[in-house]
Amino acid sequence: MSELEAQLFTPQRVKDDFPLLQQTVHEKPLVYLDSGATSQKPQQVIDAVNQYYTLDNANVHRGIYDLSQRATAAFEAARQGVRNFIHAKHNHEIIFTRGTTEAINLVAHSFGDMFVNAGDEIIISAMEHHSNIVPWQMLCERKGAHLKIIQVTDEGCLDMTHFQSLINSRTKLVSVIHASNVLGTINPVEEIVAAAKAHDIPVLLDGAQAVSHLPVDVCALDCDFYVFSAHKLYGPTGTGVLYGKEKWLNAMPPYQGGGDMIRRVTFEKTEYNVPPYKFEAGTPNMAGVIGLGAAIDYVNRLGLDNIAQHESALLSYATSELEKISGLRIIGTATEKVGVISFTMDCAHPHDIATILDSEGIAIRAGHHCAMPLIERFGVPATARISLAVYNQKQDIDRLVIALNKVKNLFE
Amino acid sequence: MSELRELYQELIIDHGRSPRNFGKLDTANHIKEGYNPLCGDKITIYLQTENGIVTDVKFEGEGCAISMASASLMTQVLKGKSVDDVQALFRHFHTLVTDTDEKEGHEALGKLKVLQGVAEFPARVKCATLCWHTIVAALKNDDQPVSTE
Repeated sequence: MSELEAQLFTPQRVKDDFPLLQQTVHEKPLVYLDSGATSQKPQQVIDAVNQYYTLDNANVHRGIYDLSQRATAAFEAARQGVRNFIHAKHNHEIIFTRGTTEAINLVAHSFGDMFVNAGDEIIISAMEHHSNIVPWQMLCERKGAHLKIIQVTDEGCLDMTHFQSLINSRTKLVSVIHASNVLGTINPVEEIVAAAKAHDIPVLLDGAQAVSHLPVDVCALDCDFYVFSAHKLYGPTGTGVLYGKEKWLNAMPPYQGGGDMIRRVTFEKTEYNVPPYKFEAGTPNMAGVIGLGAAIDYVNRLGLDNIAQHESALLSYATSELEKISGLRIIGTATEKVGVISFTMDCAHPHDIATILDSEGIAIRAGHHCAMPLIERFGVPATARISLAVYNQKQDIDRLVIALNKVKNLFE
Repeated sequence: MSELRELYQELIIDHGRSPRNFGKLDTANHIKEGYNPLCGDKITIYLQTENGIVTDVKFEGEGCAISMASASLMTQVLKGKSVDDVQALFRHFHTLVTDTDEKEGHEALGKLKVLQGVAEFPARVKCATLCWHTIVAALKNDDQPVSTE
């Protein structure tokens, strides 16, 4: 990005791209601090989806007419966009799914069925989202394999010594979250991959909370699988990505059977298509994929470095402002964090905090954030969580702090 | 802010902070756990009944001010009531916290009426009703833990 373009990155201009954020809630301007659950969508993404349905809709990879070819070209251009975005080697290493969850389930089934056997072990961590716990638990139950859990330190980091001690000849896969949706911790994924590679163990990284905040290069990381969702990356819901190294995708059996994943069908035998189509049975979420392509274009235009810098400054500001509130405890104090702050308050339960903040027009999450084992690890029943995105501004944090003081006034 | 005041009345904040009848009941003949998986609210109801009458009831648990206050107030109201009354009160209470049109005629609920403000906050209905779902299940001697989901 040129210096001139970098100067164009102004928080207010960015916020103006998001029509939803222009509204009031309970007669107060909306402050949206729940982007970790789902991000809002810029007009550019809404327009792309709208244009697809208005002008370009036809089934992809099927029609020989102009419209279908146009839809197919837009769909495959989005695949190219995703490939460039995460620096994959080949377009066919990018598989479109319904989301992060389906991408992990796909690997748990296809990779798991082929390469995991009774007595084998899969390593995950104590800071995983349920979507990176349950599919592996189900696989272990099917196969008689075992789940091994990397412990989390009091600061909210992975205990890397413990991780090393879990690796052995029975380990078949390591699957860990890149950035924690609860703690914000950015995990040392380079180190994790290197440690696993030393024993020829493949690694899956769950990038759902990472891709909108920091640049990802799957080749440099040398991970085997990388998964994320469009809807946390300013794109539409119902669309996600599985990146898989070519060698695995060639070896793995299909996940679902249906149209598009076949080359030739007879009642005696079906010949499967090549990746990525082998893993994309049925008519895909075409509008979602095209919307994801537009979201990536949008992020690229702003520049991930600019986004990271903006969010990091905001995170520091929010952290220091929240630390000033007595009786407020931040959970997750790693040095490397994305813009996520989980906290509890002595005077009020997270649900009560969230209700009071809502009455001030501020949207935050309260609960276990789909990571019950992690919440239990920190000995709390639930946390309140703010999660930042590119459209948040300093004023949002100031409004938050005022509202949290109202919580204190009401409950103390 | 007025709806918020309506929700967090003094009595609710007081009962949320210092719940009454909190703790184990050694003489209980019905014990039941309730759980709200969405928010992590947990409750255990200890209930003692004799000849179809609630002779004592206590609870333990953790959760938001609404769930703790609702359980605390429930235990106060139910002592001395018949098992059939518990069912009827729950139905009535459910209307109180869900139906915004039905503002009158809740005198029979006594001090439970203070939770009427919950009706304006649909996301919080489960917090207020967890203890009731749990006690109704306790009376049925159902073995499964109660979940609001």
